[in-house]
Amino acid sequence: MFREDTIAAISTAMSDGGIGIVRISGPDAISIGNEIFLPANQKKKVSDMASYSAVYGHVVHHEKTVDEGILLLMRGPKSYTGEDVVEIDCHGGVVVLKKVLETAIEAGARPAEPGEFTKRAFLNGRIDLSQAEAVMDVIHSKNEFALESSMKQLSGGLKRKIEEIRGKILYEIAYIESALDDPEHISLDGFANHLELVVTEQKEKIDHLIETAENGRILKEGIRTAIVGKPNAGKSSLLNLLVGEDRAIVTEIAGTTRDTLEETIQVKGIPLQVIDTAGIRKTEDIVEKIGIEKAKETMDQSDLVLYVADSSRPLDENDFEIMDCLKEKKAIIILNKSDLNQVTGEKEIRTHISKDMIVFSAREETGLDELYEKLEEMFFEGKLSFNDEIYITNMRHKNSLCQASQSLSMVLQSIMDGMPEDFFSIDLTDAYEHLGYILGESMGEDLVNEIFREFCTGK
Amino acid sequence: MAHVEEKYDVIVVGAGHAGCEAALAAARLNMETIMFTVSMSNVAMMPCNPNIGGSSKGHLVREIDALGGEMGKNIDKTYIQSKMLNKSKGPAVHSLRAQADKEEYQKQMRKVIFDTKHLTIRQAEVTELLIEENIIKGVKTDSGAVYYGKAVILTTGTYLKARCIYGDISHETGPNGLPAANQLSRSLMEHGIELYRFKTGTPARIDKNSIDFSQMEEQFGDEKIVPFSFTNREEDIKRDQISCWLTYTNEKTHEIIRKNLHRSPLFSGAIEGTGPRYCPSIEDKVVKFADKNRHQVFIEPEGEDTNEMYIGGMSSSLPEDVQYEMYRSVKGMEHAKIIRNAYAIEYDCINPMQLKSSLEFKKIKGLFSAGQINGSSGYEEAGCQGLLAGINAARMIEGKEAVILDRSQAYIGVLIDDLVTKETHEPYRMMTSRAEYRLLLRQDNADLRLTPIGYEVGLIEKDRYDKLLWKQEKIEEEIKRVSHVMIGANKQVQELLEAHNSTPLKTAVSLAELIRRPEITYDILGPIDKDRPDLPDEVTQQVEIHIKYEGYIKRQLKQVEQFKKMEAKLIPEDICYEKVNSLRKEAVQKLNAFRPRSIGQASRISGVSPADISVLLIYLGSHNHVS
Repeated sequence: MFREDTIAAISTAMSDGGIGIVRISGPDAISIGNEIFLPANQKKKVSDMASYSAVYGHVVHHEKTVDEGILLLMRGPKSYTGEDVVEIDCHGGVVVLKKVLETAIEAGARPAEPGEFTKRAFLNGRIDLSQAEAVMDVIHSKNEFALESSMKQLSGGLKRKIEEIRGKILYEIAYIESALDDPEHISLDGFANHLELVVTEQKEKIDHLIETAENGRILKEGIRTAIVGKPNAGKSSLLNLLVGEDRAIVTEIAGTTRDTLEETIQVKGIPLQVIDTAGIRKTEDIVEKIGIEKAKETMDQSDLVLYVADSSRPLDENDFEIMDCLKEKKAIIILNKSDLNQVTGEKEIRTHISKDMIVFSAREETGLDELYEKLEEMFFEGKLSFNDEIYITNMRHKNSLCQASQSLSMVLQSIMDGMPEDFFSIDLTDAYEHLGYILGESMGEDLVNEIFREFCTGK
Repeated sequence: MAHVEEKYDVIVVGAGHAGCEAALAAARLNMETIMFTVSMSNVAMMPCNPNIGGSSKGHLVREIDALGGEMGKNIDKTYIQSKMLNKSKGPAVHSLRAQADKEEYQKQMRKVIFDTKHLTIRQAEVTELLIEENIIKGVKTDSGAVYYGKAVILTTGTYLKARCIYGDISHETGPNGLPAANQLSRSLMEHGIELYRFKTGTPARIDKNSIDFSQMEEQFGDEKIVPFSFTNREEDIKRDQISCWLTYTNEKTHEIIRKNLHRSPLFSGAIEGTGPRYCPSIEDKVVKFADKNRHQVFIEPEGEDTNEMYIGGMSSSLPEDVQYEMYRSVKGMEHAKIIRNAYAIEYDCINPMQLKSSLEFKKIKGLFSAGQINGSSGYEEAGCQGLLAGINAARMIEGKEAVILDRSQAYIGVLIDDLVTKETHEPYRMMTSRAEYRLLLRQDNADLRLTPIGYEVGLIEKDRYDKLLWKQEKIEEEIKRVSHVMIGANKQVQELLEAHNSTPLKTAVSLAELIRRPEITYDILGPIDKDRPDLPDEVTQQVEIHIKYEGYIKRQLKQVEQFKKMEAKLIPEDICYEKVNSLRKEAVQKLNAFRPRSIGQASRISGVSPADISVLLIYLGSHNHVS
């Protein structure tokens, strides 16, 4: 965190949709730029570029083009952060932007901490003194948020898994260390074989987590979207339609979704995190069974509300209460059941609330395209955004998992090379620490405690 | 009333391992020094185990020696058995341990002290600190005598309000029945110094003639002796060694302990102090590791001219009659005669977070403390703190900057940093796992790491320093040479490799490449290395380690680079944390309590988050802009 290494982040808000900038800063910024960006003019090389010059080209990942864009290079100390900085302007949308960032991270950058660019800028004397206080506040609130969201979003299942792997690793470190501290009590004969099995197994578990992180995300990201409406208005049908389209339902790590009741779907590349009514589907109705209070709470927590109104029935108390709550929210009204006899029309609803409305029939699947277009429009116009901290946290988690896996690979390598046992604990400790970042925990006194708890040493 | 009044530069209170190193260092740095002891018979006494060194503690002794301290030289003079531990493991965890002749150890240390210029030794109990306006002025003894000093170093060990306990017997004495120091604690508290109460223990000593060694496994010393002191060579100190013996407790022993647990002062609550987890009493072990049906017991001689044997692994505070029963249940000890009982000892120590990294009290200028009074345990831990406190007291008087070893320089640095930044709730023991850069902090390179510092301080003579520079140069030259000399795939080479189960060469490689192979050593390659210069072992050993573990060493060096940057960002001593907006309340409290010297140190305080550190960095940044 205070390492003077190379950091990368998406430096524009993710809600901007179309164009975004991935910024890389630090001693390796230029070499990373060189590795991931191919100028269209093949004679040019990023590392040869003059400071404050730009070049057009492609971001490549494993020899595949990720996006086209413009790379801007600034050499330190005359840059925003005072370090070497590379900025890549892309226009492929949110998903592509993420891919660009991931490519940079694979090439050796570290996902930036909240406020880290600004912090570096300040520490290198690149921004004004008067901004210092503001910067501190930002760092603080962002960090608090990141930590909080990291904890909150980390589903119980994943947390348990990481804790379990960490526990196994810690035990082995403690064993080695006890034997080193007290060689006459504890022997390491045959330990390498045992450790190889344990490490291989734990590494497989981590690699599996990384794989699932590739598809789904460790944390849920996206625009938090609630579907509300009175009984039988067609909420479930709408959800089924949204999900049923082959728009990549993000499959979660097994066991991790159980406690959340949320599903992430993508509509035209926009991630929606739908507060899932699936679990409530059987009880039929959010309003009736759980009460309007619960519905309000759900709406409060969301960035977007899809209010399903039933055009075949008159508006009732439930509708009025929902509409009351909607006034302050970003919402789209889905006037469902246009295929049936129309009792409640657009006009009537508009007398109560003015929000975008789509005439819809879940049964005949009409209105779906308009809904998508509406969502897209809202997103790209910046009316809708989601908290990019969560995405960043995801990046960090994945990065930590990868590093943990790498550290375990090095343990296996050391075992293969016939290194002495004390070397194993160096990389095991690294793996333990990397996994700890995800949980917001560090080694601290863990090891010493484990040694005394598990092993009988001492004179 | 008339009383004695004397003036010194440095006053050392206590003459144990910390006191001796502190007093010797100060006197050698030309400070007029006086060292107090409650009894002349406990100078440099080893009241517990009869050995020096051991895993990671051996590193401390080598470091003391590299800086110009005495412990290494003294154990080299008085050892009766020597062993390099962990030899089958990596070089970073090789650790020296020697059995000491306890009486001889004391005698030799006393002699060095008597022979040292500027050093006075005085038997008297210091009862009071004289402090004016937060500056130390001197001490008062029980006779009313006043000794003025510019610096005072507290090295009281386990003597402050000491109480020895076994069963329901309790004596207000220090170890071995020596007088405790019962009055100084009050003076410390009156000056606002926070005290803890810690506890430790020791096993019985048993008459050698009552033990049947034929029932036990003999434990020999090493053939090849590695001296603790870098100034000694093997041939300087080689002598006949005395064996230790290994036996085991058994179910019967455990049964005796279990049925008498209710009579232990630990379980009855008569002992209040916090004991160390790494040094559990036998009753603790039996309770905590109930599934183990035996524990190792090491029988170690306490010296050449004594019959006392130390019963390692069986410290206890059970009543006398249970002790007899328990020891006699162990194989080979059926007829054991106890010379001294096992006992637990409770004592006052200070909360070490009141100290700076220089071991000076944050709030009292000129007052230092070192050793067990700082909440550590062990002779070696005490000795190295004493050395640093002695050096820093002298430097304070001369207006020089304190010597602070950081975590990347020495185990001593790790130890002191842990003491002053971690909230310790039990006596602190050094462990290799506490050193994050242990690959760099080896016992074999302590001289390369620290002797230049010792020379600069003034504890290492020019001659020794020049030898070190020569060694350093030779190491560098030889590393360069073996990296460049290419070895072809000729018959002699292939045969040599095959003889050591090493894959034959396909193309020419450098000597360094070959040394890197786990099965190959520098020495093995002698016959195929035609131009090899004649170099001493201490040089070739460094070359081999450097080449074999280069990848790991480089990684740690890189981490150290980052670490150093944070250590170098110093926090002004007068910083007002309340004025730093955006610091969390908990962080303000912790930072105020510890008052860390650098950003690096602040980051190691539990309760200070990374975000707090960022905030602090920026605050300091803006502060510097202003000033």
